Amino acid sequence: MSGEILYSVRDLVVEYDTRTGPLRAVDGVSLDIRRGEILGLVGESGCGKSTLGKAMMRLLPRNARIAKGELLFDGQDLMSLSEEQMRHVRGGKIGMVFQDPMTSLNPVQRIIDHITETIKTHKPDASDDEARERAEFLVERLGIRKDRLDDYPHQLSGGMRQRVMIALALALNCDLVIADEPTTSLDVIVEAKFLDLLRDLRDEFNLTILMITHNIGVVAEVADRVAVMYAGEMAEVGDVHPVFAEPAHPYTEGLLKSVPNIALDEEELYQMKGGPPNLLHPPAGCRFNPRCPYVMDICVSQDPPMFPVHGGGGVAACWLRDPERKRSESD
Amino acid sequence: MTDATPLVEVVDLVKHFPVRGGLLSSLLRREQVVARAVDGVSFQIRRGRVFGLVGESGSGKSTTARLILRLIEPTAGKVLFDGVDMGTLSPNELRRLRSRMQIVFQDPMASLNPRMTIGDAIEHPARIHLPDLTPRQRRERVIEMLEAVQLTPGRQYYDKYPHQISGGQRQRVVIARALVTNPDLIVADEPVAMADVSVRALLLELMMDLKDRFDLTYLFITHDLATAKYVCDDAAIMYLGQVVERGPLREVFRDPTHPYTRALLGAVPVPDPRHRRTEPMPAGEIPSALFPPSGCRFHPRCPIAAAEVCPVLDPELRPVEGLPEHVAACHLRTGDYQHLDPERSG
Repeated sequence: MSGEILYSVRDLVVEYDTRTGPLRAVDGVSLDIRRGEILGLVGESGCGKSTLGKAMMRLLPRNARIAKGELLFDGQDLMSLSEEQMRHVRGGKIGMVFQDPMTSLNPVQRIIDHITETIKTHKPDASDDEARERAEFLVERLGIRKDRLDDYPHQLSGGMRQRVMIALALALNCDLVIADEPTTSLDVIVEAKFLDLLRDLRDEFNLTILMITHNIGVVAEVADRVAVMYAGEMAEVGDVHPVFAEPAHPYTEGLLKSVPNIALDEEELYQMKGGPPNLLHPPAGCRFNPRCPYVMDICVSQDPPMFPVHGGGGVAACWLRDPERKRSESD
Repeated sequence: MTDATPLVEVVDLVKHFPVRGGLLSSLLRREQVVARAVDGVSFQIRRGRVFGLVGESGSGKSTTARLILRLIEPTAGKVLFDGVDMGTLSPNELRRLRSRMQIVFQDPMASLNPRMTIGDAIEHPARIHLPDLTPRQRRERVIEMLEAVQLTPGRQYYDKYPHQISGGQRQRVVIARALVTNPDLIVADEPVAMADVSVRALLLELMMDLKDRFDLTYLFITHDLATAKYVCDDAAIMYLGQVVERGPLREVFRDPTHPYTRALLGAVPVPDPRHRRTEPMPAGEIPSALFPPSGCRFHPRCPIAAAEVCPVLDPELRPVEGLPEHVAACHLRTGDYQHLDPERSG
């Protein structure tokens, strides 16, 4: 895998207008996505992961806006593009897969029409036959019989509909697929098969996938790297193996310990105390400090920057990882 | 009844939902098409235990639960609650029995009336099932229940509306409402599926504490085997309206015998990147309950199916070697055709 950065989010701030004032759902987040990787973006409800995904496509709801920050995709500053240009990037270079494919598919349009229309919008010179041929190739590659192309979305199962969404992204030779909870509505066996497929497609089509999910197991299963969000901020980013083996942020640690694990013999689940803060009035310093078992004086007053962890392979926003602190301790 | 009587006994339970056919089929007087949602399910829930009903969408687990609560009438078979056949009860007797069984659904927002205060919502079943209480006693009982689910002080939550509290707290309210009539059985239908992981652990812990404190028995319905592992004593794995494997949960997990149980266990994503799944998943998807496959319903997807047996004969639940309580319905694993099992050792 090359280390080339395909998408770089820099210091992103996204605000929602609420009756009680602006709410920062994403507050100063930076994230690099490398070409050809599957990056898992995890966190609990309200942590800002979906807002981040939508902002990366500039698809925010009307009451939200990007207040600050840069979105650099394949060397291009997406913030400088017109809405018209942005439409070409969406669908053309960045594909999207959402939790409920029914809301993304037109119920009165056959599957074949979805795919050929997509192909022809972005490649106007493609003939009907070429478009159909490409559509047939893609759905068969995704494990759907090609006669199902003439079905309407409601005639397909949930797993098949998610495959169609992937087919739409592949139809365009997208570089990046942003998948927001793509397996949440699927049964476990269907989910497992979908994850296998994503892994194969990544290798075959050199896809880059940002997988936004609350399911830690899914990330462990397919991701190369993982980014953990908490209360609108990035808590930790790194390769899955070190992050899961030795989480550098106490929130990551708590999150991983509270996930039910079928492979372990333990009888009780770890319970993290408290709940996420109200983002209208986030706590001072580190936002995790009221729940953190290792809280120190500095944590309640100063917001931690990202410190390098795992030998430079990852970063974590935690004062425990401050190299200065380690030095003063060893003195 | 003695303690040896199971709290719930389900015997050959069947529920077929008629499906409205088109004009043509009614003109041709074809046979009525039915969805075989539940098709011959039997099990017992022992007092004080947590019984897990596990399966994917369309396996019939929620329909089975609704049959047990008699929210719908079975097509055939019976449910004994505390030794009493519920099918023989008059509407009045049934209503009295209902106060002893309560249900908790997945989505607490859909279970609570947004315009009713939390206190009123919990008080409502008490009014129906505990008519002897004075209004003051009822209010005290509600506050006691709020505090039992750790919404303390209960008084502070009484007049709040559902939208004023968090999702995890709302599910606690639903549990408190289920407890107010002092039930024996709680049917929990995916009670934590919508909760975030950190909230999920707290809710499960609470449910287990309440079980001991109020002598409850749970029927825990879930698609999530990883969660089932932490709460269930016994489990039945359902596939297309039938139980394919049943037994003490530890045994089922230690020695999954039916190929479907194995696939289901293998599919659960493990939160550890060192444990990535390598075994292949069953082909295709769950067939329609309108036209279930002949013989063993799993045979078209089964990696070990034997062509001469599995599509032809219906398998029965039979004991897994040496463990009378652990049963599985597979010709090749527990039935008469074990010599055909390609994975058979020795």
